[in-house]
Amino acid sequence: MAVPVAAVRNVTKRFPGVVANDGVSLEFHAGEIHVLLGENGAGKSTLIGLLAGMQQPDGGEIVIDGQPVNIASPRASLELGIGTVFQHVLLVPSLSVIENLMLGGPWRRKLLRGPALARFRELSQLLGVEIDPDAQVGRLSLGEQQQVEIMRALWRGEKVLILDEPTSMLTPQGVKDLGAVMRRLREKGVALILITHKLVEAYELGDRISVLRLGRVVGALPPERLRAMSEQEATDAVIEMMFGTVTHHERDAEILVGRGRQAYRARVVDRTRAPRLSVRGLTTEATRGACPLRTVDFDLWPGEVLGIAGVDGNGQKHLAEVLAGQRVAASGTIILDGKDITADAVPERRRHGVRYVTDERVGEGTVGSFSVATNLVLKEIGASPFFRRGISDWDYIHDHARALIKRNDVRTPSEKTPVGKLSGGNIQKVLLARELNAEASVVVFNKPTYGLDLQNTRLAHERILAGADQGLATIVISTDLDELLEIADRIGVMFQGHLAGIVENGPDVERKVGLLMTGAKAA
Amino acid sequence: MRGTGMTAEVHVAQRGAPGHEGGREIVASVLRVAVPILLALVVGGIILLILGKDPIAYYGYVARRGLLTWGGLQETFTRMSPLLLIAAGLIVAFRAGIWNLGGDGQFLLAAVITAALGPALVGVLPKALTLIACVIASAIVAGLWAVIPAILKARYGINEIITSLMMSFLGISFANVLIKLFFWDPSTTVPQTRTLPVEDRLPRLFDTTIHSGVLIALAVVVLVHLMMTRTAFGLKLQVVGANPAAAVHAGLNVAWLTIATFTLSAALIGIGGSVEILGVFGTVRADWNPAFGLLVVPLVFLARFNGYAVIGFTLFFSALMIGGDSAARRIGVPQHFVLVLVALLLIFLAVVEYLDHQRRKRIGA
Repeated sequence: MAVPVAAVRNVTKRFPGVVANDGVSLEFHAGEIHVLLGENGAGKSTLIGLLAGMQQPDGGEIVIDGQPVNIASPRASLELGIGTVFQHVLLVPSLSVIENLMLGGPWRRKLLRGPALARFRELSQLLGVEIDPDAQVGRLSLGEQQQVEIMRALWRGEKVLILDEPTSMLTPQGVKDLGAVMRRLREKGVALILITHKLVEAYELGDRISVLRLGRVVGALPPERLRAMSEQEATDAVIEMMFGTVTHHERDAEILVGRGRQAYRARVVDRTRAPRLSVRGLTTEATRGACPLRTVDFDLWPGEVLGIAGVDGNGQKHLAEVLAGQRVAASGTIILDGKDITADAVPERRRHGVRYVTDERVGEGTVGSFSVATNLVLKEIGASPFFRRGISDWDYIHDHARALIKRNDVRTPSEKTPVGKLSGGNIQKVLLARELNAEASVVVFNKPTYGLDLQNTRLAHERILAGADQGLATIVISTDLDELLEIADRIGVMFQGHLAGIVENGPDVERKVGLLMTGAKAA
Repeated sequence: MRGTGMTAEVHVAQRGAPGHEGGREIVASVLRVAVPILLALVVGGIILLILGKDPIAYYGYVARRGLLTWGGLQETFTRMSPLLLIAAGLIVAFRAGIWNLGGDGQFLLAAVITAALGPALVGVLPKALTLIACVIASAIVAGLWAVIPAILKARYGINEIITSLMMSFLGISFANVLIKLFFWDPSTTVPQTRTLPVEDRLPRLFDTTIHSGVLIALAVVVLVHLMMTRTAFGLKLQVVGANPAAAVHAGLNVAWLTIATFTLSAALIGIGGSVEILGVFGTVRADWNPAFGLLVVPLVFLARFNGYAVIGFTLFFSALMIGGDSAARRIGVPQHFVLVLVALLLIFLAVVEYLDHQRRKRIGA
């Protein structure tokens, strides 16, 4: 076998509390598209970070052309001929294409347009694309911007090209164009590394597939095996590797989190009654960087936990926001207890008992510089009994806060402490205290345990289950399938803005959800 | 910028903190202001030395003329009223994260409306009603002048710093045009409005030259402070200012709040212009533009958008202005040296704040 252009050997990278890469060994060959698959948190991004020089491995080595190297910085990575295209476009929108490409040289050097244009033409030919070098980057389509990113990645050498979920932001046509560019680069002998969640892409473009799970390589399909497989066979093999059989899964989970997976407790949900929440034909307008909803329908009964799985960026955020009332529905209806609440804004929905625990705890859920007490009434500003005729009753607000802090075990020096000084787990407790009270009837949780440590994760799960047991209609959006398997009664899967299907939690659900997550039809 | 706007909310929320802790906090916050003032005076003095002037003489003269003589003190207090009203307007906007820099245009338009309306109404209406009508009309006109940048920001997200500044230039020119085309007092050669007779202006306080506008200004500043700290409306504005995404999340009508805030801010600044005419000048000359609006901006930042603190800074600055004016004539230090002192003060305040922040981080508070 030929010497790989790039390889990682037994690479280990630890972050506080997590082993992100655990003895990973992979080889990348010239003229080959190597697909890395894995769930969120499987360690793909960390691996990319190591190759791109953003982090250094704690153990193991990176080998380029047979020589062990130390990639101390992103610049060093580029000098070695390793280019990385990240998920989000990192270009200066107000500058022209050629100006963007000329960035990053030594500051004291003059910008030479002639040689830059020559290199630009060389790369245009290599990629087989046509872009005006003087076009302003902000005016290009996302697909074209990505092509510029690829050029920038290859600017100083075209040995290895890493693409981190390159299709997530693209239109179908953009995806097709990108595929053509990738195949062309493969023919020219570039080693490509493609990170993706989508099995279809992996099969279509990949020469070799490696699956990462919990920081380790758990399986690989070398080119000779992959070529011999049909799409269905390859998909099944990969799903098996990604999610494992239940026995494997349990052991791994135990090793990772140090606790056994709780058995799924089936709650008795009476679905013969009228649903509490009925969503029909719900769509939203597309916004920058977020996938809109495309005709979402579902029913939700009291006492039920509906899990929403799916790869991040498939419309989950819009679903949560449109249900909470902070995003306008373009069409469709939301019926709560027989009442149409589609046109209601956040305050009215809140009065009707709709609650939203956002995943952006610091970004939008709280005002970091405001006190815990103020944040606890953030959605009740102007409402009695905290405010009387528009006048704040700070004593009442502080008393109320002290009571909630005690009941919810929020660890804070005082109710007057700025909420931004608390830990993530305690901020989440503040949010839960604000959203979950006696008047709640429908609660939407968006990634409720994202970024929390184990103990707070468990507490949050207990809280969600306790709420459902008391009759709350609950939606939990999560990219962590294990979490949903643990707490949800049914699991729906978001894929490209559609609710691709809803399956009952139970045996074999992982396989079904896995298929739905990657865009296959419900099995 | 945002960061400073939030501290006041925290301070209010922390009132009644345990005794000695609170005491230490007060000492610390006094030091945070006193040290930069001292540094600014020292460095300002060094600059004066370089210019070949005697800093002790300059500071002594400024203090005497601005604060320590009865005449100077009266002038200082008189100067405070427009500055305080502008500060009140800026606090409302800045706390909500709206950078209304169109104060000069709003101020001047309001002044012209008052100068046009006052002499016209005074024969028709009783004196008190005339004054009230002038203030209200000026506030409305100034508020309307801010509606365009407000809507542009609320609807299209266009940066209000640019639009309000542009509207300010337009407002200043428009005020000039209004005088020359419509309100020119025919008995004057220099274009200016008719003059409100001295006896029909805002009443003087006791036996002084200070007009009662300063009381209005103080009341407005206190009311604005109470509004920001004790009312739901004020809290909503602060949420919008501190974290617009959280405001959307909490269901606040950000567009409406933006427009309301902008208009209110401009209206308060307009009252400043009206009071200055009703209290001091009685008329507006076409070339008159005191440009107080942008002068007050640093004061409001120095006070960290706190209404009570801004009273102190305004007093300090007014004394500097009045004293610096006289000093410019007597000692030959340019009048604008006062602005150098304010700039130095801002720089040192930022430096001290940074060092204090680092210290807090070190002790892990």
